[in-house]
Amino acid sequence: MAEADQEVVIRVRGLRNQFGTFVVHDKLDLDVYRGEVLGVVGGSGTGKSVLLRSIVGLNRPAAGTIQVFGRDLARLGGEERRQIEQRWGVLFQDGALFSALTVAQNVQVPLREHLDLPQRLMDEIAAMKISMVGLDASAGGKYPSELSGGMRKRAGLARALALDPEIVFLDEPTAGLDPIGAAAFDQLIGKLQKALGLTVFMVTHDLDSLHAICDRIAVLAEQRVLVTGSMEQMLRETHPWIREYFHGPRARGALATPE
Amino acid sequence: MRAGSVKFTESGDETLLQAVGCWDIANARQLDAELAAPARPPGRTLRFDLSGLEALDTAGAWLVHRTVKRLQAEGVAVQLTGGNESQYGLIEQVAANDRPIAAAPPAPNVLLRVVERFGAGTVDAMLEARAFVGFLGLMVQTFLAGLLRPRRIRFTSLVYHMEKVGFNALPIIGLISFLIGVVLAYQGASQLRQFGADIFVVNLIAISVLRELGILLTSIVVAGRSGSAFTAEIGSMKLREEIDAMRTLGIDPIETLVLPRVAALVLTLPLLGFFADMMGLLGGAVMSWAVLDVSPAVFIERLVTTTSAWHFSVGLIKAPFFAVLIGMVSCYEGLQVTGSAESVGQKTTRSVVEAIFLVIVADATFSIFFNIVQV
Repeated sequence: MAEADQEVVIRVRGLRNQFGTFVVHDKLDLDVYRGEVLGVVGGSGTGKSVLLRSIVGLNRPAAGTIQVFGRDLARLGGEERRQIEQRWGVLFQDGALFSALTVAQNVQVPLREHLDLPQRLMDEIAAMKISMVGLDASAGGKYPSELSGGMRKRAGLARALALDPEIVFLDEPTAGLDPIGAAAFDQLIGKLQKALGLTVFMVTHDLDSLHAICDRIAVLAEQRVLVTGSMEQMLRETHPWIREYFHGPRARGALATPE
Repeated sequence: MRAGSVKFTESGDETLLQAVGCWDIANARQLDAELAAPARPPGRTLRFDLSGLEALDTAGAWLVHRTVKRLQAEGVAVQLTGGNESQYGLIEQVAANDRPIAAAPPAPNVLLRVVERFGAGTVDAMLEARAFVGFLGLMVQTFLAGLLRPRRIRFTSLVYHMEKVGFNALPIIGLISFLIGVVLAYQGASQLRQFGADIFVVNLIAISVLRELGILLTSIVVAGRSGSAFTAEIGSMKLREEIDAMRTLGIDPIETLVLPRVAALVLTLPLLGFFADMMGLLGGAVMSWAVLDVSPAVFIERLVTTTSAWHFSVGLIKAPFFAVLIGMVSCYEGLQVTGSAESVGQKTTRSVVEAIFLVIVADATFSIFFNIVQV
């Protein structure tokens, strides 16, 4: 990827996050380019999810700036902020579907909240998104508690995609899925990303996903983004943790069978 | 925001439909209306021209696909032109996912629903009553087993709940009882004065507060305050599979969660009831002094000479029974939580309503019983 001439959609500079005296991030810099799939990896407790939450504004950073679409979120007022929020979708770890609503109603929540569409069109759009994420037509009328974990993730993705966002944030999208389901989810994200021209920010531990769909990988360690680069670059890194991660026994398995 | 629109032009037998501007979700409402407007194009063939598009997202692609589908169903030959590869790709994607689904669960007709709800409610109530008796048995069994092995009783948990249920409830229960004493004295005095029987206000306050109101109010406040907390606590634990985790670790949730709570209630509710009695009498005494000029000394003298100690005992005898009812209902409902956050709310409401209802039913039963045994 030629990084120089690409538009930066998320720019994080000097980010510092801490809980009490525990510093999660310090002087963290990260760029995400338009149209790429960025995989964020790091050991447990290195603040991958915290980074995601900081970018979407669920965590107030102790210091640093975060720009999305060139705007500093911390300085935006309510209305401008809502407009930015309509341009991204977030898939939380367990889908975070509203438990009192059916799947189709969940998908319609952002449509209902931000736009004034006729019910019929909303139903059609919801049906299309549900089908797009590979859910059965019968899933639309079900409640989240009636779905399996994998189906909840798909439904969560359908909701995240409801407004045709430009950026999608995924928090461990394949965690807890069986290998077949995880591979299908990878393919789904890759397919949607190509069809809709999405920028994907994906927190993951899944080496297969990293390999299959990520254009770039950012490694979080030592409270910052240690390195970013393609899989090939990662494999050449000499930092002990990165070596361990990408050359460990599980990594070799994942890399031995490139699709 | 850039706009999107539809342009119809006719040339001979062919209609030209031009998509212009941004066909995205922000413009979907307007585009939907514009596309619906011409009931049926006069031409037999229609060219759908996409060359004027500035942007197309899935919602826009859906509108294109839907329009094409509708026109074709009406017997019009439709031809898509002028789009680029990614736009055609998107439309194809969308077309592949054209599978209508039910958004909301199907709703049967109103009458049927009423009948069905009534039936389901009745069956539910009966099943619940049965399960409830089962739960009581389980609790008693666990309690007796605990007595045989006192080391298994969770004292830390018990004391913790006693503080939350009992000690922390003192201010609110004190205040409510005091005010009820005040109200009784005031209302009673204004009626009794008509007969010149002012002094009987002491009997009125003493009997109503000691026998009924003190303990009843305390139970209702505790049911609302602690019963709801129990249900919500246990319900959330159930939701996060903590209860299942306990079971797999060989920990009995009845022993660890339910018994300490119920026991805390049984131990503290009589104490709270006693406190409520005293505060109610105090409120009555203060008001009697202020309005009726019944001095505290006279009040106490009347109280001691005319009120039998049984009134006081009758009130407090009921306390442990009410405590068991409140504790059992709230813990039972907590364990019934399933699925969603909504369920926690439902069960909590239910637990409070059922607990208060059962307390009042029990109170009425006690009245009849005490009337028969003449105390």
